[in-house]
Amino acid sequence: MPLGSSDVTTDIILSTSGLTKEFGGFRAVNGVDLNVKRGTIHALIGPNGAGKTTCFNLLTKFLPPTKGAIVYNGQDITREQPAEIARKGLVRSFQISAVFPQLSAKTNVRIALQRKRGDSFDFWRPEKVLRELDEEALHLLDAVGLSAFAALTAGELSYGRKRALEIATTLALDPEMMLLDEPMAGMGREDVERVEALIRKVSKNRTILMVEHNLSVVASLSDHITVLARGQILAEGDYATVSKDPRVIEAYIGSGGGHGHH
Amino acid sequence: MADIASDETSGIPVAKTDRSADQLHRNVLIGLALLLAIAPFVAYPVFVMKVLCFALFALAFNLLLGYGGLLSFGHAAYFGMASYVSAYTAKNWGLTPEFAILSGTAIAAALGLVFGALAIRRQGIYFTMITLALAQMLFFFCLQTPRFTGGEDGIQAVPRGRLFGLIDLADDRALYWLVAAIFMAGLLAMYRIIHSPFGEVCKAIRDNEPRAISLGYRVNRYKLTVFVLSAALAGLAGATKAIVFQLASLTDVHWSMSGEVVLMTLVGGLGTVFGPIAGALVIVAMQNYLASLGAWVTVVQGVVFVICVLAFREGIVGVVAKAIKKPL
Repeated sequence: MPLGSSDVTTDIILSTSGLTKEFGGFRAVNGVDLNVKRGTIHALIGPNGAGKTTCFNLLTKFLPPTKGAIVYNGQDITREQPAEIARKGLVRSFQISAVFPQLSAKTNVRIALQRKRGDSFDFWRPEKVLRELDEEALHLLDAVGLSAFAALTAGELSYGRKRALEIATTLALDPEMMLLDEPMAGMGREDVERVEALIRKVSKNRTILMVEHNLSVVASLSDHITVLARGQILAEGDYATVSKDPRVIEAYIGSGGGHGHH
Repeated sequence: MADIASDETSGIPVAKTDRSADQLHRNVLIGLALLLAIAPFVAYPVFVMKVLCFALFALAFNLLLGYGGLLSFGHAAYFGMASYVSAYTAKNWGLTPEFAILSGTAIAAALGLVFGALAIRRQGIYFTMITLALAQMLFFFCLQTPRFTGGEDGIQAVPRGRLFGLIDLADDRALYWLVAAIFMAGLLAMYRIIHSPFGEVCKAIRDNEPRAISLGYRVNRYKLTVFVLSAALAGLAGATKAIVFQLASLTDVHWSMSGEVVLMTLVGGLGTVFGPIAGALVIVAMQNYLASLGAWVTVVQGVVFVICVLAFREGIVGVVAKAIKKPL
């Protein structure tokens, strides 16, 4: 990679330097320097126990790093609270589908749209003031194929639809960058294809960083791949480069593989 | 993705369910108001007032647990503290009942702000334990300051006074209308809170806190706000109770009072709008009409609680709501 040229630095939306996380002496993430280019789909892969999820939780501030720095859009966010980075346009998804199960699908999306009003501490106003957001909520549900399920509570939706709802909710914030934690985890083949198409669709004008086990999804979606093993970066590049790398093959076979196991 | 829409589209009423639920709730609220209007003519007013005070207390608790997802096991602190303040200011400062009740409510809200700010730093069972510990500290504070609380005797013979300095409340009927008005105001306030933009965020946090955080909500501020609102409503109930019974005592701040409000809420239906009212009615009625059983009332309550948890976890109103397939 042509590091050092001035173009590259402005093109980087999220970068880490020497990112390290220790759990009682065990280094789950060890000195990771990650650079995510603006407008790309970047995948973070690696065998089980490679530190992908820990790395992901560090980036989204759900865990504080032991050492190292995280820079987003030129701002140091290493010590920020998770809610604050969401307000800066860096929004994450979760491995287990993250919906509000007792609320309707429409309300799920509307909760995110409500953020546009700023903080919602107005407990004295009727819910009616939110109805102006309904149209946009239904539009977003339509975009992920859920318009028929708007009135259903999210808990009643099938697994694949919960994921679609989650994506609609995230899109409601119109984030500059989305971090997806194993978006295909636990999905059947049909759902995988749907969500894959959806991710491709929403990646326009956005940056996406995803952790994913399903290598065929990674191959078809991502522009750039970072392979982690034992908490460190093992290889980087596009799928063709990375998949031929003997160290990557060794890491996957050596650990029993993370390929397609769910 | 458009293809999934086609297979199950048939007749899911979208916004209709919202509207019909609103209509139903409005009807229930009107029904309750009518019931309150005739209650003093068919039942003993003091009994109804007791039910209303505890129903308001349970509504406050349900606001926190049912809609905020926060289980407080120290709600007696706000109920009892307000009861003391209301009784003290009415008796020793000669405040009119409306100001005595308001000052009790305000102190409960302030106490909720302090205790809540400490408790929300932890989650789940730790949150609950902190609320219990703080309430126990308040109990011992009340026990050790007889100059303010009257110690074991409590504050007795609290004057009911004259509302706005005009209407004599010594008559049970006159007092009843005040209590009924306070109850309805509290119920409507709670109803508005859970159906406000703020209430929507609270429900989201209750359902999935990490997700609410990831959407950029500063969840602790919402938790603290709902905690203070709940403490204030619990205080309103306690302060009113002190005027009705002309008594504030250690029973009001005792941990068993915290337990009783959990029981009322669960029996009536956790997370339902009207459940706590039904729960309070059942528990208070049991205490009154089974009083001849003495200590056995506690055993009966325990049995009711076990049956409730085992057989119908949704509570009385929860079961009804399920049967008619509409939220209540």
